Amino acid sequence: MANIIQNNVNSTNFNLKYRQDFAIIAGWIGFGSKVLDLGCGDGTLLQFLRSSLETKGYGVEKDDANWLACIQNGTNVIQMDLEAGLSGFEDQSFDTVILSQTLQAMHNTEEIVQEMLRVGHEVIVTFPNFGYWRNRMQITNGSMPVSKTLPYQWYDTPNVHLCTINDFDQFCKNHKITVIERKVITEGQEVNFMPNLLGNLAMYRLKKN
Amino acid sequence: MVINNSAGTNITGSSITNTRTTDNSSIGIVTAQTAYFNEQLQLKSGEILPQFHLAYETYGTLNADKSNAILICHALSGNHHVAGRYAETDKNAGWWDNLIGPNNGTGPNKPLDTNKFFVIGLNNLGGCHGSSGPSSIDAKSNKPFGADFPIVTVEDWVNSQARLLDYLGIETLAAIIGGSLGGMQALQWTIAYPERVKHALVIASAPNLTAQNIAFNEVARQAIMTDPEFYAGDYYSHNTVPKRGLRIARMLGHITYLSDDAMGEKFGRKLKDTLKYGFDVEFEMESYLRYQGDKFAGEFDANTYLRMTRALDYYDPALEYDGDLSAALKNVKAQFLVVSFTSDWRFSPARSREIVKALLDNELTVSYAEVTAAHGHDAFLMRDTHYHAILRAYLQNIEV
Repeated sequence: MANIIQNNVNSTNFNLKYRQDFAIIAGWIGFGSKVLDLGCGDGTLLQFLRSSLETKGYGVEKDDANWLACIQNGTNVIQMDLEAGLSGFEDQSFDTVILSQTLQAMHNTEEIVQEMLRVGHEVIVTFPNFGYWRNRMQITNGSMPVSKTLPYQWYDTPNVHLCTINDFDQFCKNHKITVIERKVITEGQEVNFMPNLLGNLAMYRLKKN
Repeated sequence: MVINNSAGTNITGSSITNTRTTDNSSIGIVTAQTAYFNEQLQLKSGEILPQFHLAYETYGTLNADKSNAILICHALSGNHHVAGRYAETDKNAGWWDNLIGPNNGTGPNKPLDTNKFFVIGLNNLGGCHGSSGPSSIDAKSNKPFGADFPIVTVEDWVNSQARLLDYLGIETLAAIIGGSLGGMQALQWTIAYPERVKHALVIASAPNLTAQNIAFNEVARQAIMTDPEFYAGDYYSHNTVPKRGLRIARMLGHITYLSDDAMGEKFGRKLKDTLKYGFDVEFEMESYLRYQGDKFAGEFDANTYLRMTRALDYYDPALEYDGDLSAALKNVKAQFLVVSFTSDWRFSPARSREIVKALLDNELTVSYAEVTAAHGHDAFLMRDTHYHAILRAYLQNIEV
């Protein structure tokens, strides 16, 4: 696998609002790596990784409009439903497999994480931390949380498996998954103190035990 | 190697006049041409075609460095008349006219812009629309080849198409496009001529036929070959045509090209009149099938139909690699767009995903779309907004 180049990301040459989560992901990916981005949306992250790290690889996207946006911006994209697993991809055929803010919307949560670990040498998973204090406040006040990272009402949300950082730590332990690195951010700032309370977005770099 | 080795510059846009129909996005009036090859072609079966000719059409203009050519491969019953009309009064345009035309900045633009690309359509060997085939005249006997015309394969077609490119002075294709059996040719191009094709658009296709598909083909062939007027393929000398067999073969084909839902939506259980308690046409569905069957039987050659279905049956690039398609594609260099349609049960999305997997295994550049469509296998020929947006976006990104 390619050497990991930390923080070697020049986001100024990319026509995109600086995103701290992208910068952290880029820091976990080696120059020229082969990357698979599951639920890649319109391909923004892959574009960012291509321009900053000359990565190669593919996105996977189910939605027609997002799929089309990928093609328009030159991102290789495979249209398929992640719930069916990754049977089209061979074992250990990617340097890194990414699941960015999609885990919480998956029905087959355990299967997709195991599939990612099968296909990639390393795995990056990010998700909105349900333990974030603003979410807790809303529940304390008697309502389901609605926020920038959780923008849905309870009745129309695609999010079926929300979890906290503590929950995911436990999940990794139970499933014998090695956490290489974990970062937690809120509004683009890294959170090191009481991350499960103060962190909005959880980011994990994982590999098989 | 060819009789008329005209330089590419002499043939650019030569098949198109400036006449336009009222449809601004149409390529307008087109003319078919024929390329004669006075050189033998080794066929996969071991037989040799001593000489052959190919009917073709071109749309758009070949650019100076000859980097903008796109070849369109036809499916079972298609031909070289892909787009435009032969005369203003023609009722029907070419079979994939909704795909191809000049983007003039007004009106709805077609996905394949003939202002950018030089598009070639041809009639495959064994065809019945102007290329060498069972109904063309054997110079030795001065009679139609009939059953003597050899069995041709997808590989043979691709080799003959490469000769046509040589003839046109084109070394490399910007893209090869094909649906169904045409998609198999597109795939084969990337295997046989990896240096000569930059992009392959493989639509509603498969890396080989399933047993069920071979079964459908066999029923179609049996319908033709058991027609008393077939005369072992020599019906030309009996001044007849095995119309009944061809008609049934086409009716069967039509059933499999549509989805149950599409048929239900279009025909349902609608009656032409009231129930008559007999065996004449009573349901709209029957009426449609008989119309399609009759139309086809009146214009298509039975020996060609037999050969086209056999070419489908035989194609299997993984065969010599113990069924390993990934190994079969190991020398491929082209970039791919693979497209399937959700309701296509004859060339199902699962078959396209097999192609995609083999391309991924070889770390090739590939995108794959699974288009939600109700029209079954026929969807690849239809104008669907999202499907055409996919092709448009992909073709726009091809640099020439």
